[in-house]
Amino acid sequence: MTAVSSQATGRRTTLSRAYRDGLAEEMARDPSILVMGTDLYERGGHWAQVTGLGPEFGRDRVRNTPISEAAMVAAGVGAALDGLRPVVDLNFADFAFGAMDEIVNQAAKVRYWWNRPVPLIIRGTTGFAGGGAQHNNSLEAWFCHVPGLLVAMPSTPADAKGLIKTALRGADPVIFLMHKMLTGLRGEAGGPDDLVPFGQATIRRPGADVTVATYGVMVGKALRAAESLAADGIDVEVIDMRTLMPLDLDTVQQSARRTRRLVVATEAYRHGGVGGEIAAAMSESLFGELAAPVLRVGAGFAPVPHSPVLLDALTPGAADIERSVRAAMRAGGAG
Amino acid sequence: MKAHTDITGTVPGAGIDLGGVPSAEASGWLDRMLLIREFESTAGPLAAAGTIPGGMHSAIGHEAVAVGVGSVLRRDDVAAAPHRSHHVALAKGMDPGLMMAELFGKRTGSSGGRGGHMHLADFGAGFFGSNGIVGAGVGLALGAALAQSYRGEPRISAGFFGDGGANTGRVWEFVNLASSWHLPLLVVCENNGYAVETRISDAMAGESIAGRAAGFGLPSVQVDGQDVAAVHRAAAAAAARARSGGGPTFIEALTYRHLGHDIGERGQYRTTDEVSWWEQHRDPVQRLRAALVARGDLDDDGYERAAGRARARVAEAVAAAEAAPLPDPATVTDGVTATELNIRSGS
Repeated sequence: MTAVSSQATGRRTTLSRAYRDGLAEEMARDPSILVMGTDLYERGGHWAQVTGLGPEFGRDRVRNTPISEAAMVAAGVGAALDGLRPVVDLNFADFAFGAMDEIVNQAAKVRYWWNRPVPLIIRGTTGFAGGGAQHNNSLEAWFCHVPGLLVAMPSTPADAKGLIKTALRGADPVIFLMHKMLTGLRGEAGGPDDLVPFGQATIRRPGADVTVATYGVMVGKALRAAESLAADGIDVEVIDMRTLMPLDLDTVQQSARRTRRLVVATEAYRHGGVGGEIAAAMSESLFGELAAPVLRVGAGFAPVPHSPVLLDALTPGAADIERSVRAAMRAGGAG
Repeated sequence: MKAHTDITGTVPGAGIDLGGVPSAEASGWLDRMLLIREFESTAGPLAAAGTIPGGMHSAIGHEAVAVGVGSVLRRDDVAAAPHRSHHVALAKGMDPGLMMAELFGKRTGSSGGRGGHMHLADFGAGFFGSNGIVGAGVGLALGAALAQSYRGEPRISAGFFGDGGANTGRVWEFVNLASSWHLPLLVVCENNGYAVETRISDAMAGESIAGRAAGFGLPSVQVDGQDVAAVHRAAAAAAARARSGGGPTFIEALTYRHLGHDIGERGQYRTTDEVSWWEQHRDPVQRLRAALVARGDLDDDGYERAAGRARARVAEAVAAAEAAPLPDPATVTDGVTATELNIRSGS
């Protein structure tokens, strides 16, 4: 795997709009794609993720469902088995709990048993924000622990568009997670033929001293930390994983072999998460080559609280990344 | 309608009415039911002996439900079933050889030994799988019905589940969505009176499962599941409605499993008298046989020839399964996704 930055050639847009444009382009070229979920046709979804697609494509292809997550995902699995490419939009990724059997025990296992494609996308908005514990879960590690699912977590408009387009041309069930705080993130997005492959991390900022491997909302925080550290002469390389399954460990390994220091940053709980998998894999493969232990940044272990001061205390930030990078620089002697 | 509590003696009389069903068609039902009976009678002991690994849920007693519904499904229609599924698979036209090899865990099985008896499927025959999760198969049939409706095809789907599934939330989510969207779906509840070892009267509020379904605004009928002709008639009406855009139908078939929930069960939750009554008075195979004999369509020799064909077919499946190669252990993590995962898995 090589680390290639996606080519963003289109106009500036938001992450949510870029996703929507990618979906619309694919729906226009492939009549087997339909999207279903609550409040999609008129409202355009709770995150403006399908704004305007209802009138554009009609009620057969943009379907308002009852608040029945098991039914919408099961219908998606069955329709995918019968040759459609359904996008089930959960609005909030948290609502996947109501369809966990359909995701884990049905969608994920079909190919292994029956070698049958399951081109099903399950989209949800995820990550820490206001609103309390039940709407702000981070589920990427759960889904990464299920053989048979792909997991995408874009950090830029270009990736949101390019990854959904790739997902809609693929043959696997994809959990497509978009962070709440990135909904309105602005940036360029690619054109109709700009696809972003799964399983290829990208280097957002080259650097020589420490590698920070991260994804989603933490990419921006890592870049801010890197700018701050640069003032002190610490040159940070920031890798955006882009998809968590597949997980491009090769790009991380090549980078960390060069910098000899690795920090893995997630917003999700530090304990038991994707960051731990990256850290463990690099410890196994680079043990003798690293100048410092692999360090992890991630949330403390508590439900997401309501009070902004508590939420802020739980949410990992650029300062946490900066602190870990400085710790990596101090550890183990000169690089 | 009854909730299948103590229904001994409350269902209609032992005779079944074949009506105007042509002899060849009814004889075809008998062939299919005998194949199911023979398959289960053979596979069950092999599972009990451990020759077939992983246990089994026998469908002996349920034959008429699957064959009656299957009689109105075309090959490109879809059926999906729960954990007790061999009868549905065979009624939908799945090859018993593929099934038996899968039960044996062999490379030639329907999923090369990766699925087992709760994960059979044959997409060429429109069988969208057995399912180990109660009620879940209805959801897959729902999705296939959505695809059929979306494309404007005259195909339909049938989702089977049991009385246990009637107490899961997902089943009613599926029924509601199918009814809301007028999908071409037959929702078939095989009510055998027991959810594993729990009697339905201990677990179900309300009068009947079909009565519950009626609240979702779709036609809902209760039928004698040990009468293949009655199941056929109910399914035919439902299929005609579904094919013509009239939406889904709920069919509750009152049936009975002659054996336990799973092979090897001790079975302390029902009396031997109860089981014997069903075997003697409501065996769906013998009831069809009697009706065919009464109509002059079948004699003892004809029945024995039909049973012999079923025995030969199942014996052939067993012999092939026994001789088939095992899967290659080196392939155990292959084919999980179409996308190359490139993760560092395993030891």
